[in-house]
Amino acid sequence: MHSDIFFIILGMGIVTYIPRMLPLTVFHRINLPPFWRGVLRNVPYATLGALIIPGIFLIQDDPWFGIFGFTSAVLASWLGANVMGVVFVSVLVLTVYTII
Amino acid sequence: MFRHGIKSGVAIAIGYAPVALTFGLLAKSTGLSIVETTLMSMIVFAGAAQYISLNLLSLGTGPFEIILTTFILNIRHFLMSASLNEKAEHDPLWKKALYAFGITDETFSVAAMKEGTVSASYMFGLIFISYSSWVINSAIGHIVGAYLPESVQVSLSIALYAMFVGLLIPAVKTERKALWLAVCAGAINCMLLLWLHVPKGWAIVIATIVSAIFIQWIGEKRKETTYAQ
Repeated sequence: MHSDIFFIILGMGIVTYIPRMLPLTVFHRINLPPFWRGVLRNVPYATLGALIIPGIFLIQDDPWFGIFGFTSAVLASWLGANVMGVVFVSVLVLTVYTII
Repeated sequence: MFRHGIKSGVAIAIGYAPVALTFGLLAKSTGLSIVETTLMSMIVFAGAAQYISLNLLSLGTGPFEIILTTFILNIRHFLMSASLNEKAEHDPLWKKALYAFGITDETFSVAAMKEGTVSASYMFGLIFISYSSWVINSAIGHIVGAYLPESVQVSLSIALYAMFVGLLIPAVKTERKALWLAVCAGAINCMLLLWLHVPKGWAIVIATIVSAIFIQWIGEKRKETTYAQ
């Protein structure tokens, strides 16, 4: 193992913290034009899209795993389940699928 | 508000458990001690980067490359933090600097989908439970990870993705724009990752920015034409 593992961990921690911290502390007083405010408000939905696609279909080598997981999550959520419920339903569906 | 944050964070804590357990297990097989494993989860608190660092460590990659890769992978949090700042309450700067440490894909998504503004105490609750689950389960994974039944490991790998879907769908039902933003970002992300082989961290950043700007631009254009008529 690297003898400088502690140095690596610390370095990783610092470069991870800086991008997380800067906007919340430095952008504090900056007034953005409306267009860019709108863009920032769009970010969460776009991020969710990029986090889900294509990742969910690539978790396992078997493509049906992701397809079933995705479909059951969308259905559960569409029918009004809360976030915990959605997680529960898709884990359950995939447990059944994995066993079969 | 702290308790409200804890409540919203339960889904994340559950989703983190298998990911952290697996991280602990892999860290052990890479040769990290339990102290090093737990310390990495405590100091870095970023799943994808920690996984990849294990990969690089086992390949004998140098410290500089590992830290640079971590930076590239986590630069996306800059965007999330900037977006969250738009709905953050005016808390003292030191509090914001403190909860900034806990911004991950998951805590950000939950906080961003919350109605109204986001206070420091809400963020502290949300992060407290997510972070605890991440750190504790990393340590447990190092000790017992090998004994986790495989069927459980496999089916739990969907948990965080299911959470993202569960956060997105209610927004899509009330606002069609959310659907276009997500589909557009997902399509760009696919193209970048699978076709152009862009590193994952950059792909998410580029896909998010392009989609957020493009959909905003289309929205303004349509508004202009409606006004013109």
